[in-house]
Amino acid sequence: MSHDTTKQASGGLDVAVLVSVGRHPLTARARRADHDARAVELALGLEAARVRLIHAGRNDPDSEAALRDYLGMGFASLTRIDQPAGADVLPALLEALREAAPQLLFTGSRAETGEGSGLLPYLLGEALGWPVVTGIAAVESVEGGTATLLQALPRGQRRRLRVRLPALISVDEAGPAPRQSAYGPARRGTLSAETRPAETDDALAGWTLEPARARPKRLKIVKASSARERFKAAAAKAEGGGGQVLTDVTPEQGAEAIFTLLKEEGVLRH
Amino acid sequence: MSDIVRRDPRKEWIARNRLHPEHFAVLAELGGEGASPSEWIGPSGLIRRNPRAVGFIGPNGIKRIDRSGGQRGAQAAQGRRSQAGPTRRSVAIEEPAFLIAVVPDLAGGRLSSHDRDLLGLARQLADADPERPGAVLALTFGSHKETAFGDAGIDRLMAFDEAIFDGYAPEARLAALQAVERELAPRHWLLPDSSLGGGELGRRLAVRLGERAATQVWQVEADAEAPSGWRCTARASAGANDLRRPLPRVALALAECAEPVSETHHAARPLTLSQPLPEAFTRIEDGGAVAVDPAGVALAEAEFILSAGNGVRDWDAYHHAARTLGATEGASRVAVDDGFMPRDRQVGATGTWVTARVYVAVGISGAIQHLQGIQRCDKVVAINLDPGCDMIKRADLAVIGDAGAILEALVARVERERQGAEEQRDVA
Ligand SMILES: Cc1cc2nc3c(=O)[nH]c(=O)nc-3n(C[C@H](O)[C@H](O)[C@H](O)COP(=O)(O)OP(=O)(O)OC[C@H]3O[C@@H](n4cnc5c(N)ncnc54)[C@H](O)[C@@H]3O)c2cc1C
Repeated sequence: MSHDTTKQASGGLDVAVLVSVGRHPLTARARRADHDARAVELALGLEAARVRLIHAGRNDPDSEAALRDYLGMGFASLTRIDQPAGADVLPALLEALREAAPQLLFTGSRAETGEGSGLLPYLLGEALGWPVVTGIAAVESVEGGTATLLQALPRGQRRRLRVRLPALISVDEAGPAPRQSAYGPARRGTLSAETRPAETDDALAGWTLEPARARPKRLKIVKASSARERFKAAAAKAEGGGGQVLTDVTPEQGAEAIFTLLKEEGVLRH
Repeated sequence: MSDIVRRDPRKEWIARNRLHPEHFAVLAELGGEGASPSEWIGPSGLIRRNPRAVGFIGPNGIKRIDRSGGQRGAQAAQGRRSQAGPTRRSVAIEEPAFLIAVVPDLAGGRLSSHDRDLLGLARQLADADPERPGAVLALTFGSHKETAFGDAGIDRLMAFDEAIFDGYAPEARLAALQAVERELAPRHWLLPDSSLGGGELGRRLAVRLGERAATQVWQVEADAEAPSGWRCTARASAGANDLRRPLPRVALALAECAEPVSETHHAARPLTLSQPLPEAFTRIEDGGAVAVDPAGVALAEAEFILSAGNGVRDWDAYHHAARTLGATEGASRVAVDDGFMPRDRQVGATGTWVTARVYVAVGISGAIQHLQGIQRCDKVVAINLDPGCDMIKRADLAVIGDAGAILEALVARVERERQGAEEQRDVA
């Protein structure tokens, strides 16, 4: 399966995925970014879509190796917009996206290096005037200028959203697990460089970025005015309970009590 | 009542002089009803004690001595108690110098601990200058069950409870926040940096207002050099780095960014916008929750678990009950070892640590290894034959009886409810 940028699926969907260079949390080596790889996987699952990958960033051996990981997912080429270190990639990306004019744009939810504020998808959406939807786990269908998506909620729940195209879809841990990167295609694929005007990110340069400090553990502050209260606070867990116990009830009465609790908590669905 | 001890030498002298005609009256006045103070200041300024007057008579007639300082002798207690009690100081800010806007997530309709931490941070920003206090304005969307907004440190409360704000409505909510910005122009906007709540809305707001938000903030400190007077430390690079920068107008903070409010009670006075909200143009439509197969949900994530132990006899009936209730299946180790349930369903120390909101334990005795796994569950329901077992002690609701019969009755009850709902739908 090859998602060639040159292959023209008739009447297909134009899709772009923004990919970045990630960083392995333990070894700190450059790799494909996890959220971005999930976004690529989601885009690859679309039928009759022309998917292109766009990256804006530095041109160095480390990032090249990481970008080739994306090519190994089944792409012949990747557009790399060369930007110097410390540049604000937003203007260059905007220009490229206005030219490419995809109908769906996928991004990861936040970068693994640099500020990683997760603001980029929203900045792009605002500048392009496109709706932004986040935490998407699946694309159900794209028809008649509307995409039907499944958004991941906590506890494995899903919500269906319909969004007008063109739209920006951001993907986080809930996205589909990315496929392995194949070595051959990763070697053979081409990184086509584009040059666009670069703007330096002056604000970021003025701030301090340092290795993360461990956050202080929150102390359990006991505000008690008497010994009895202090003792109770110290021995809290041991007591526990205080629950309602129903003895000598018929199964029906017991079931009714459980049913009421389940209703109150809202876990019974219809 | 102030803590300063005011001495009246004449009264003290009368209190020492047992033959003085006013002796008892003065004693009573000095020492409350007890008339025998356990502690007084002697003529030379030394503290004198009467050990027999120490303590008080407890509720069951036994003399108790409390040396924590909360209760001093039989006297003084009444006066001091009301002051030292857990009542909070009431604070009303009539003319705030500025506003700090907070948009709590209200996940599950209540202020979460993350929300409370954030409100604590908001108070820190609002109360920094006692001469010119600011007010904390909280904005809530949709319906909620929270009643203690004042205790969380909220001075003004603005509720957007129209139907358009329910469900996933980022565009309508953003429009409402923009209206607040236009009318009230808060000095700071604080939102919890949670994935589908404030984290998303706050980023949208920052972009719309043209502010470069600080995200994943975990510490805020005063800094005279920063334009806002505050500096923040935020996680960056997916948690690998810390970014230190002046606190911008919009900040998205992590849980435990500050201590929640615990000593004051605020007015939480309702506030409304003077102008109606403009009609928001929506391109994102919420199609509602999708039914997910509870069996497919990872046990650690599941919201509602029906867990089976050694007390379950009829396994087909149990599986049927889980399907009918729409619960994810869990099991104790014995049920797994005996081959009735797969290994990946085991709850407990050597299984999965679950976080369910409702955990129903059917025929599980509550061994410590099992209880460890359900520490983070909200509500625990136990169905068991043995009223003395440990699971009953942990449970919020325990039903003593045969698991099979109770499950059967529960299934019947749920099915009856569903039929009723369907008939109503047919009639309508
Ligand atoms: C190192 C170690 C690790 C362990 N890790 C785990 C773990 O991760 N998870 C885990 O679950 N266990 C674990 N265990 C095992 C644990 O100690 C207990 O043995 C086990 O949890 C007991 O399972 P149970 O409650 O289902 O069975 P039992 O203790 O046999 O309890 C059965 C309960 O069902 C009730 N009952 C019987 N018949 C009925 C009926 N008809 N109707 C209603 N109630 C009925 C009984 O009153 C009883 O309370 C571990 C043990 C060790 C040593």
